[in-house]
Amino acid sequence: MGGALNINHLLFLGHGALWTIGLSAIALIGGGSFGFLIALGRVSPSRAVRLLAATYVQLIQGTPLLVIMFLSFFGLAALGFNISPLLAAGASMTIFVAAYLGEIWRGCIEAVPKQQWEAAEGLALSRSQRMVKVILPQAIRLATPPTVGFMVQIVKNTSLASVVGFVELTRSGQIINNSLFEPFIIYSIIAVVYFSLCYPLSRLSRRLERSALQKKPALA
Amino acid sequence: MNAHVNPPAAPPNAPVVALRNVHKSFGSLKVLDGVSFSVGRGEVTVLIGRSGSGKSTALRCIDRFETIDGGEIEVCGRRVDDAGLDVRALRQDVGIVFQSYNLFPHLTIEENITLAPHAVKKVPKAEARALAAKVLAQVGLEEKLHAYPEQLSGGQQQRAAIARSLAMQPKVMLFDEVTSALDPELTGEVLKVIEALAADGMTMVLVTHEMSFARGIADQVVFMHKGKVHEAGPAGILSSPSTPELAQFVGTGF
Ligand SMILES: Nc1ncnc2c1ncn2[C@@H]1O[C@H](COP(=O)(O)OP(=O)(O)O)[C@@H](O)[C@H]1O
Ligand SMILES: [Mg+2]
Repeated sequence: MGGALNINHLLFLGHGALWTIGLSAIALIGGGSFGFLIALGRVSPSRAVRLLAATYVQLIQGTPLLVIMFLSFFGLAALGFNISPLLAAGASMTIFVAAYLGEIWRGCIEAVPKQQWEAAEGLALSRSQRMVKVILPQAIRLATPPTVGFMVQIVKNTSLASVVGFVELTRSGQIINNSLFEPFIIYSIIAVVYFSLCYPLSRLSRRLERSALQKKPALA
Repeated sequence: MNAHVNPPAAPPNAPVVALRNVHKSFGSLKVLDGVSFSVGRGEVTVLIGRSGSGKSTALRCIDRFETIDGGEIEVCGRRVDDAGLDVRALRQDVGIVFQSYNLFPHLTIEENITLAPHAVKKVPKAEARALAAKVLAQVGLEEKLHAYPEQLSGGQQQRAAIARSLAMQPKVMLFDEVTSALDPELTGEVLKVIEALAADGMTMVLVTHEMSFARGIADQVVFMHKGKVHEAGPAGILSSPSTPELAQFVGTGF
């Protein structure tokens, strides 16, 4: 046996937890920026752009994140591109998150009443002025609760980055377990850490949803 | 001379709005079936008719919210049916107010009003704010400058929506049943604002179910029935209709 769980193991897990948070942040920022473009593409006046964005969403939503991870790490390596686990994990999460956030945000843009578009059109605002000054500010309010809710999925999904050797929370647990052989204790600790990251997010999301519902008449 | 900025010079007495034999279908549903009427400068035309007779569609065609299948529409010297129309230029000349006010809920009343003059006509911010104060005074809401739409009653919101349109200094205003969503006790304040605009010489086309209001304000009444102008004339036709359909319509009020 490899000895008992000690403070160094816990520090190592803590380090892994920080990378879980870091990768989640990368996924949110990268996937959020790209996802915003996808959402705009989905409601574009150009058919070609709409089709392109929809195809991207369909393609990514039909592919397991694990496979995207494998493709960007091992696949690119086989083609001669050597990329770091961090880059592979960050890129995979960005690609994946963009498809989902893009779809969530498209729904929020389309949920702004059609009359708001027409009122803005009647005032001779250009399409981009309508979007930026009238529609998006309202869509962002609608988008906040589901976006915070989706962050829970992002945090949990970062655990898949362990397959490309990225040492986040799950992977650091595996490494410790390889020497301690205490899977029940170690994975229990890991589950508690994931829970304590995710629970506040889902609580916040539910609270935002409730307050958004209360404000709904003002948006109608 | 820039053809995109200045519409072709119209004769001085040309109507501000003219529909000539306008046809419009939604799929197989014929909604406008050869509609013609015209509105001179400073005139008020009231469209009446049963629900579904095509009044809103006619109004929306004037502001190019719908394209037409046949006929001609001319507004402020522009051919609205022209595929190459500069739609945003048209909409600077035409103000439209809808039944459901549609103020922007995330903006204060002042921001609602200054948005388009600043963004579209490049009116400087300070000047746009002065404009907002002026048009709000015109609709009797000067104290609501910094309120949000949700803090206003329906009647106040509708007056603010009218002020927002006026701030673009349109040459013609379109109103589509602007009091229909309001509680009866709130319609009066909105109708008064419209009457004041008419007295000021604003050219207007409005759809309404308020018959006594129509009688008082209309220079011309256009009665629509099954997508056609069934009867048209001065406000007097409401008291002495010459078709049984209009007689029945004014008799029942709807
Ligand atoms: N965008 C649309 N698509 C399909 N049908 C429509 C559309 N807009 C209006 N209609 C139909 O056209 C007819 C006339 O509508 P409308 O012009 O709104 O009448 P009114 O304002 O006189 O009540 C109605 O039968 C309505 O259902
Ligand atoms: Mg109507």
